[in-house]
Amino acid sequence: MLFKLSLGNIRKSLRDYTIYFFTLMIGVAIFYVFNAIETQTAFLLVSSDMRKIIELMTSLLSGVSVFVSGVLGGLIVYASRFLMRRRNKEFALYMMLGMSKRKVSAILLTETLIIGVMSLAVGLLIGVGLSQLMSAFTVSLFDADMTQFQFTFSADAAIKTVIYFALIYVVTMLFNTVIVGKFKLIDLMRSDKKSEAQKLKKPLACVIVFLAGVAMLGYAYYKVAFDTFNIEDSAEMFLYIAMGSVSTFLIFWSVSGMMTRILTASKKLYYKELNCFTFRQIGSRINTMVVSASIICLMLFVTICTLSAAFSMKNSLDDNIGKYSPADLCVEVFGKKDVVSDTDIKEMYGLIGVNLDEHLSEYVQFTEYKLKDFKGADFLGEYLDLAQKKMNTVNIASAPETLIHLSDYNRLAELYGFETLDVPDGCYAVVCNYEEMTRVRNLPLEAGNEITIQGNILRPAYPECKYGLDMISNNAMNLGLIVIPDDLTLEADTQQKYISGNYKAETMNEKRETDKIFADSDMMLLDVIKERTDESFGIFANTRIQVMDSAVGLGAAATLIGLYIGIVFLLSSGAILSIKALSENIDSLSSYDVLRKIGADEKDINRSLFRQTGVFFLLPLLLACIHSIFGIKFASTIFEVFGTTGLLPAMLATAIIVIVIYCGYFLITYYCGKGIIRSRS
Amino acid sequence: MELLRIQNIEKYYGSKSSLTKALDDISFTVEHGEFAAIMGASGSGKTTLLNCISTIDSVTAGHIFLENMDITSLKGKQLNKFRSDKLGFIFQDFNLLDTLTAFENIALALSIKKEKESDIFRRVNEVAEQLGITDVLDKYPYQMSGGQKQRVASARAIVTDPKIVLADEPTGALDSKSAKLLLERFNYLNREVGTTIMMVTHDSFTASYASRVIFIKDGKMFHELNRGDDTRKQFFDKIIDVVTLLGGDVSDAL
Repeated sequence: MLFKLSLGNIRKSLRDYTIYFFTLMIGVAIFYVFNAIETQTAFLLVSSDMRKIIELMTSLLSGVSVFVSGVLGGLIVYASRFLMRRRNKEFALYMMLGMSKRKVSAILLTETLIIGVMSLAVGLLIGVGLSQLMSAFTVSLFDADMTQFQFTFSADAAIKTVIYFALIYVVTMLFNTVIVGKFKLIDLMRSDKKSEAQKLKKPLACVIVFLAGVAMLGYAYYKVAFDTFNIEDSAEMFLYIAMGSVSTFLIFWSVSGMMTRILTASKKLYYKELNCFTFRQIGSRINTMVVSASIICLMLFVTICTLSAAFSMKNSLDDNIGKYSPADLCVEVFGKKDVVSDTDIKEMYGLIGVNLDEHLSEYVQFTEYKLKDFKGADFLGEYLDLAQKKMNTVNIASAPETLIHLSDYNRLAELYGFETLDVPDGCYAVVCNYEEMTRVRNLPLEAGNEITIQGNILRPAYPECKYGLDMISNNAMNLGLIVIPDDLTLEADTQQKYISGNYKAETMNEKRETDKIFADSDMMLLDVIKERTDESFGIFANTRIQVMDSAVGLGAAATLIGLYIGIVFLLSSGAILSIKALSENIDSLSSYDVLRKIGADEKDINRSLFRQTGVFFLLPLLLACIHSIFGIKFASTIFEVFGTTGLLPAMLATAIIVIVIYCGYFLITYYCGKGIIRSRS
Repeated sequence: MELLRIQNIEKYYGSKSSLTKALDDISFTVEHGEFAAIMGASGSGKTTLLNCISTIDSVTAGHIFLENMDITSLKGKQLNKFRSDKLGFIFQDFNLLDTLTAFENIALALSIKKEKESDIFRRVNEVAEQLGITDVLDKYPYQMSGGQKQRVASARAIVTDPKIVLADEPTGALDSKSAKLLLERFNYLNREVGTTIMMVTHDSFTASYASRVIFIKDGKMFHELNRGDDTRKQFFDKIIDVVTLLGGDVSDAL
C-alpha cells in the first residue's frame, strides 16, 4: 500500500519537477563521465611525461569528485526539502487519516529510493553514451593518436558513481526523516492559507545598503584588478575576497528595494499594464532568496573564471613554447666550482655514447657563476624592502645573484634570437623575463645604482632590464642574470655550465626521434658521473619537445578539470534557480487566477512571467559576469596564465557553455512555469 | 432599464449515467442600479450561476445578455476584454495580490485596461474614499484586517466602473462587525454611486441589505422577494420566512 502511494506520488511529481530529475540524471552522468576518463586515457599512446601528467590529472579528478559530490549532495538535499514543502497538504491528509510519522517517513524513504535507483540507472546510461564523445575530446586535447574508435565502459567509474550517489541519497533520507519528525499537523494544514508576510525593508535603508555594497565591491575590484602589486600577502587577498562576497550579499539584499524605489519613480512605467505586479513579484522573489542568490552568483563567478582560465591556459601554454623555449635542447651542469670547471658537457655525452656534433646543427656553451658575497640584497640596496613586499614568494635578499660574462651571453642571445648587449668596462647589464622581477630590478637600474663585485665597482649600462633567458622552460622563469664584462674574472663559489642548441633534424617526426636520445639523458649522465666522483653534482636536461608535451598535458588536464567543476556549478545554479522559480509559480497560482478574473490578457500574463523568470535568472549571472571581469584581470596579472592571444577564444568558449546550460535552464523553467500557471484556469 | 437578462440557462455536470443538473432552466433579469442577492443552500447552484454570468464557466444551454450582448458566445480574447471592461469581482477570500500594496492592487485593475497613469491615481483615490480605506492604501494585504481587505477588493472591483459587480459570499470570511460595515458600503455604492451589484450568499442577514432576493433550490428558481419600501428589519423577517419555508436555515443541508 505504502509502495503504491509512493509510486503514485512520484508519477504525480515527475510532471511538476521534471527539472529536478533532469538535474539528478545529468549530475550522475557528468560524475560518471569525468571519472571514466582514467580508464579511457589508459589506452592512449603518449610519452612518459604525458603519462605522468595524466596520472596527476586523474588523481586530481578523483579529488575534485569528492568536492563535486558534496556540491551535488547539497543541491539534492536542498531540492528535496523544497519539494517536500510543496506537499504539506498531502502530508497533513496522511496524518489526519491516522498515519504515523514513521509511516510518512517510510513513504518518503521509498520515494527517494525509487527516484535514486531510477536517476542512477538513466544517468549512468546517459553517462556511458556521453563518455564516448568525451573520449574523442580527451584524445584531441592530449594531441594523442587514437588507433581506432573503441567503445569503453569503465566499471570502476560506474561503481564509484553508484557508491557516491547512494551515500548522497542516504543523507537525503536522513534529512527528510528529521524534517518529518518536526512536522506539526496544524502548520501543515494551514501552510497554503497563510498570506505570505512580505519582508518589508525601508527603501532608504535599501538605498544606503546598496550603495555601501557597491562602494565596497568597487574598492575590492580596484585593489584586486588595478592595484594588484600593492597587495602585501594572502591575508589581504582573503580580505578582498571576503569583501566581494559580503558586498554580493548586500547587493542582493537591497537590490529589489532599490529597484522598486527607482521604478516607482517613473509612475508612467510602473502603472503600465502588469508592470507593477511584475516588479513586485520579482522583488519578493529576490527578497526570499538573498542567501541562495549570493551563493549562486559566486558559483557562477567561479565557473566563469575556472572555465576561461582552463581554456586560455591551453592556448597560452602553446604560445609560451615559442616564447620560452627558443632552442631544441638545453643541458645544465651545476655544483661546486672546481668540480664543474673540470667537466666538459660534450665529453660527458661521449661517455654515454652520444656525439653532440652528430645531432646538433648549432650549439652554444656558456658558464654562469654564483658568489656567496653577492646576493639579491647587495644588488637591490635601498630598494630591498620594496622588492620584498612585492615578491613575497621569492626569498630575494639571501639568494645569490647569477652572473654571466658578456661574450657568453651574446653568443646565447644570438642563438635564441634576442637582442645582443653592449656592456663596456666598468659596467653591467641585467637580463630578465619574469615581469614582476623586471619591475623590481628596474628601480636600481633607473637610479643608476653601482654594484660592487669582488672589489670591482660597476655601474648599469642600461637604465632597465633587457629581455632574455638562459634555461628553456614553459614559462617566464628567469629572475635575473647579471651580465658583466669579459675581463672581470670571478672567484666563484658555485658554477653552472650549459649547452644550448638546435637539432639537425628538420621534420617533427625526425626531431622526436632525436629527442628520444636527449629526453632522459640527464639521468643517464648522472649515473655515469656518480661512479666517478662523490662530490655533489647536478645535471638537468630540458628539450623543447618535453616542454611542449608537458604544456599540452597541463593544458588538457586544466581544461578537463575546469570543465568538470564549471559544468557541475552551472548545473547546480541552474537547478536551484529553476526549482525555486517553479515553486514560486505554484505559490502564486491564485494570483494568476485573480489576474485572469480581473481581465488580464493571457499574452500579458505570459510576458509578465517571462520577465519575472528572466530577471530572476539574469541578476546573479550579471553580477557574476562583472565579478569575473575583474577576477580574470587579476588572475592574468598575477599568474600570467592567460596568454593575451588565448583570452578571447577562451572567453567565447566559456560564454557558449554558460549560455547554453544556463539559458537551457531558463527556457525550461519558463515553459514549465507557463504550464503551471495555466493548469488551473 | 434592463441590464442583465438570464434566459433559460442550464448547466449540467457529469456524464449521461450520472447527470447533475447544477442549473435547471433559470430565467430572470436585473435592472440598472439594482442590488440583487441570490440565496440558496450549499449545492443549490448559486455559485455556478455566478460563474456563468462572469464567463468563468460556460452554460450548457440558454443565453445570458448583458446590455443586449450575448456573452455566452464570447471567446478567448473577447472574454478577457469583456471581464475587464464590464465586470467587477469580489470573492469570499478577497484574492488580493500578496506582493502588492492596497493602492497597487486597486490600480492594477485600471492598468490592465491600459488607463493613463494620471487617471489611475485620481480614480483609485476616489474609490478609496467611497469605501473608507484611504488610510490603508500603502499597506500590504498581510497588514490589513479581513474587513479592510474585503473593502480593498471591493474598491478594485468598482474602480473600473463596471456595468455590474459580482460578489461571491463577500461576507463569508468576515466577522459580523466587518460584514455590517462592508454591506453598508455596498448600500452606499448602490444608492449614491449607482453601482449595480449582484451578490451570492447563504446568509439571511447579508441578503437583507439587497433590494431584491432571488431564492434558488436544486438549480431551480424557488422564490423572489422585493424589498419595496420595507425597512431592512422588515425585509429580513420576510427573508427568514422564505428560508423557513425552504425548510429551516438555508445554511443547513436541505
